[in-house]
Amino acid sequence: MSVSGVVQAKPARQGLQRSGLLLGALVAVALVALFVGLRYGLMLAIGISFGVALEGLRFGFAGPWRAMILRREPAGVLAQLLAIGLVSIAAIPLLSASPGELSGAQAPIGWAMIGGAFVFGAAMQVVLGCGSGTLVNAGSGNPVGLLALPFFALGSFAGAYGLVWWTDLGALPILTLRGGFGLTVTLVALALVAGLFWALGKPGTRRLPARYVVAALILAALGIANLLVAGQPWGVVYGLGLWAAKGAVAIGADLSGSAFWSAPGSIERLNASLLTDYTSLTDLGLIAGAFGVAAWRNGGLAQPLPRYPARAWVATIIAGFLLGYSSRLAFGCNVGAFFSGISTGSLHGWVWFAAAFAGAFVGIRIRPLVGLETTT
Amino acid sequence: MTRRFTATLMAVGVVALLALDLSRTPPNPYQAPPAFAFGSGLAAEGGFCGALPN
Repeated sequence: MSVSGVVQAKPARQGLQRSGLLLGALVAVALVALFVGLRYGLMLAIGISFGVALEGLRFGFAGPWRAMILRREPAGVLAQLLAIGLVSIAAIPLLSASPGELSGAQAPIGWAMIGGAFVFGAAMQVVLGCGSGTLVNAGSGNPVGLLALPFFALGSFAGAYGLVWWTDLGALPILTLRGGFGLTVTLVALALVAGLFWALGKPGTRRLPARYVVAALILAALGIANLLVAGQPWGVVYGLGLWAAKGAVAIGADLSGSAFWSAPGSIERLNASLLTDYTSLTDLGLIAGAFGVAAWRNGGLAQPLPRYPARAWVATIIAGFLLGYSSRLAFGCNVGAFFSGISTGSLHGWVWFAAAFAGAFVGIRIRPLVGLETTT
Repeated sequence: MTRRFTATLMAVGVVALLALDLSRTPPNPYQAPPAFAFGSGLAAEGGFCGALPN
């Protein structure tokens, strides 16, 4: 083959590869819609879209918090708050109008919840991956995300196993901002927090790049779609715990000792397909969407794997487990508690944000100590 | 070694998870709920990270 032939063959092969990726996504959604149910197909499509948006626009939660803490660059956090505000404009009135059909990410504030959020904030900075971020990282071939993910699932299972014991340590009733008043308070609070981050930000870094605005708009639209289709907001952690719980049952484990896993609702979901669990579908979609973007991108999967010292991999396992365990005590991760909690009027989302952000300062200090910033 | 290896491992893991799950708990499309929860008249009942046991 001549040199020009090779040059022509490469775009042709890439085009074929990209067509295959699109076709694969469409076929997966169609199969789930046909053989599981239309709602589940839609949820997979929403999950894939989340993955494409987060990986394609290089947007997330852990990275922007790190940028704010280390470099006083607030744009990413401001975009997160924008997305949450946009969802709340639709979600809080919808929840008031359809209280039976739709449910919010509402949970009680308590000691274990606050501690869990703090630990989650620290762990997500150690591996630089939150709930959604770990799935996106794993899907795009990041070895730290790939190793953290199964331990995240185990931690989520274990955290849910003892959730009632932890919650009994002390918790308030569920406090929710509802209706027009609740929406107004939420938007004012978001504006105040955004103003605080803006003021603390370094001059010259406060403006939101177009990429972040687009990401916020897409995440908001998908978050609202998630609520309308599933009847519940976007979540991540429950699904991962369910994967591990199903695995435990498959190898003969007895979960009757857990108030959580032996509850009727949990038993029903343990006996149902993962493809009928909303958070599992969006989790699988996040992985698939991120994989698709990485495979689509020029050289996306050709990046060499980093070589970390052994202690970095041990830290990844521990942090992965803690991400799962702590997020169950905290009633959600950056998605279920922060994004969905605040946008559906749950006060626990605000407390989660404060505690997790404080934890992030600790995690940022731990990350270099365990060797995750030095490659060998 | 490149990310192609780790991304492939992840894809294999997802396929294995789904294959195992489908073999143990196959879905029944005839029991599927309406496409949209909103407007369905049915109570929301999915598992969620913020939910206590029910």
